[in-house]
Amino acid sequence: MKNLTNRHGVTRRGLMQGAAALGAAGLILPAGMRKAHAEPQRGGTFRIGIGHGSSTDSLDPGLWDNLYVQVFAASRHNQLIEVNNEGQLVPEIAESWDSTDGATWVFKIREGVTFHSGKTVTPEDVLASLNHHRGEDATSAIKTFFDPVTDIRVDGQNVVVTLDAPNGDFPYLMSDYHLAIMPGTDGRIDPTSYDGCGPYVVESYEPGVQASLTRNPDYWKSDRAHFDRVEILSILDSTARLNALMTGGVDLIDQIDPATIGMLEARGTARILSIPGNAHYVFPMDSREAPFSDNNVRLALKYAIDREDMVDKILGGHGAVSNDNPIGPANRYFHAEMEAKTFDPDRARYHLREAGMDSLNVTLHVADAAFSGAVDAGALFAETARQCGINIDLVREPNDGYWDNVWMQKPFVASYWGGRAVEDQMFTTGYASGSSWNDSFWEHERFNELLVRARSEIDEDLRREMYHEMQQIVSFEGSVIIPMNNNYVMATALNVATPERISANWNLDGFRCVERWWFT
Amino acid sequence: MHAVLKMIAQRLALGALTLFVVSIVIFGATELLPGDLASAILGQSATPETLAALRAQLGLNDPAPVRYWAWLTGALQGDFGVSLATRRPIADMIEQRLGNTLFLALYAAALAVPLALVLGILAALWRNTIFDRVANAGALSAISFPEFFVAYILVLWLAQSGYFPSMVRISPASSLADKLYMSFLPALTLTLVVTAHMMRMTRAAIINLMASPYIEMARLKGASPLRIVLRHALPNALAPIINVIALNLAYLITGVVVVEVVFVYPGLGQLMVDSVAKRDIAVVQAIALIFASAYVLLNLTADVLSTLTNPRLMKRG
Repeated sequence: MKNLTNRHGVTRRGLMQGAAALGAAGLILPAGMRKAHAEPQRGGTFRIGIGHGSSTDSLDPGLWDNLYVQVFAASRHNQLIEVNNEGQLVPEIAESWDSTDGATWVFKIREGVTFHSGKTVTPEDVLASLNHHRGEDATSAIKTFFDPVTDIRVDGQNVVVTLDAPNGDFPYLMSDYHLAIMPGTDGRIDPTSYDGCGPYVVESYEPGVQASLTRNPDYWKSDRAHFDRVEILSILDSTARLNALMTGGVDLIDQIDPATIGMLEARGTARILSIPGNAHYVFPMDSREAPFSDNNVRLALKYAIDREDMVDKILGGHGAVSNDNPIGPANRYFHAEMEAKTFDPDRARYHLREAGMDSLNVTLHVADAAFSGAVDAGALFAETARQCGINIDLVREPNDGYWDNVWMQKPFVASYWGGRAVEDQMFTTGYASGSSWNDSFWEHERFNELLVRARSEIDEDLRREMYHEMQQIVSFEGSVIIPMNNNYVMATALNVATPERISANWNLDGFRCVERWWFT
Repeated sequence: MHAVLKMIAQRLALGALTLFVVSIVIFGATELLPGDLASAILGQSATPETLAALRAQLGLNDPAPVRYWAWLTGALQGDFGVSLATRRPIADMIEQRLGNTLFLALYAAALAVPLALVLGILAALWRNTIFDRVANAGALSAISFPEFFVAYILVLWLAQSGYFPSMVRISPASSLADKLYMSFLPALTLTLVVTAHMMRMTRAAIINLMASPYIEMARLKGASPLRIVLRHALPNALAPIINVIALNLAYLITGVVVVEVVFVYPGLGQLMVDSVAKRDIAVVQAIALIFASAYVLLNLTADVLSTLTNPRLMKRG
């Protein structure tokens, strides 16, 4: 617990996420986490059934956007920096990193690591891997991470990154899952290659169907990668996924429908893992358009939603209430003492009157593409809002094309975030003025000023104060309704063992289940 | 024989023309989809800059007729181009999926066609008996349930008890026995779905003929009921039966995406759905063309076969 667990996030279609990790970055070695359950054992074929994956999935790291490619990537690649199960940054291909002024970051590249092809990992490869996401013609989802980067160069065994302004959280960005280290030729990586320096070597891959991998015999981490083989299957239908687990076709599945969790538990043939983090479901309102341009209207809607009920009914209890705060309890500077918003029809009506209205009519556009249960959540919201004199007209949109034609196009919609490791990342991505993903088109002068100042503030207490104030502003003046944080829910066969703590930064143990878990 | 060849040539030419028209329709329809490939690939993470860069890379800025012509000329030479989303050659992506789809369609047809014919003939032979009613009611019930429901019922009975796998995992390297075992549940599901149609057509066609004077003649001569049905009625009833079988085969190739999803079967249907969702127009067009060809070819075959079964048409031709 403690500090840093994070979740970074992203939107399902990938997005950028941020940074990675969370918390403090100590340079703790991975060995520290081994203790948990019994000693890991080597052997077996680990079969994972994932509810994502498509025949159009790409090997290009800049385009990774769903859980299937994320887990497949973590199986064959390493990154500069790993986020451990405590949410801390630990060295991976970068043996260490340091900065004297926060603007120039030196990453020392580990020696003696080889790619599956046999080539040694060099700082030039790292440079090529980073540059793939940077520059005019880059199509990477995390291109904006590199906007403040003015230069990246190789210096002996080091890679040196120069920023245009100090940013103490920069190493978090470098733990992002898009930043796989791949071999470079003439300064470029080949985005159609499987070659990596990770725990498993690709044997075969059919996009949208399955990938087979065998253990990398030369893997540099001696205490990881316990399975002999890994098979990652794409099983889109949630019933088919459950069946596959129950009939022994796979050993791990993700995304269990809350309605079936109880039945699965009752059978006793599987173990449910429910991991709380910072992922959250949201209803953004376009703050440029009436009536949402009036903060009283936004507050009225915030008091017209029954958060407890939503966690119960939409998440089946596998989640927690959120106070319209994109920063979660797993973040370093989470503001826990804010006044909690409950379902309060009187208060909602009061804010409506302040806005000069007796009643309010709004249209909410939803689709289950936004998050599983979004349509039901919209119906619940409409139900409670009616008791506050607010009439929500629910429009069910098609899943296909939702992110193009509805999200950030219609004034009041449903969406979701994976959460972010670092406060700055979350705010910069989703709430800063002019950000591409500021899906409520929200502008707040004081907030934007604090955001820039907090980035380079060194005094821990001052920084905390600033982030608390920003959370207060977003919660009570922001234009996004955030009713709940959703858990990551997965199920395994009974013979699958995990470390005592499972990473909350991403689903499936931070995508690392393939190298951290084992068979008993 | 000359007449038959000429007829086949005419039908083939008509088929080719149909396919050409279909290709234009396919291209036009995919152009109408909202959004484009670049925004679909980047999804929620699309920004104007990355969109513009990706569009330029993918050649999406060319006018539609230019892209259509390039595609059509390529397809005629067997080159469908590369997938816009993954940059893999489309022929590679489709090859294995098409093989899987054809395998499942043939497997289901091998179960369903004999079953439907036998049940249909027996039902005609023993019409209005208990057997006829049970066969009819059973087949109609099976076809009335949605496919996924039939599939889930089979999973509940046959997969959860461990007899057959609920998930199909086949590769080109799997042995035939393995493939047959692995794909049994989807094949059985499809069999249940398509049998009723063919069986009822067989029964109706035969019963229709049983009232004809020549059948009465055969009966008066003392031929056994089985011989009357098989030797005298069935050959004349073949034309409608062949047509129904062809339609059902076409369905088995093109319309089974729901069954594919339930059994995680890597067929063309799932590839088509993925590609539409990602606006991978090149793949969508290629698959749609394959589906259209399957329909045209099967209907052509049905036409030719039903003509061959009818001496009168043969002579006149």
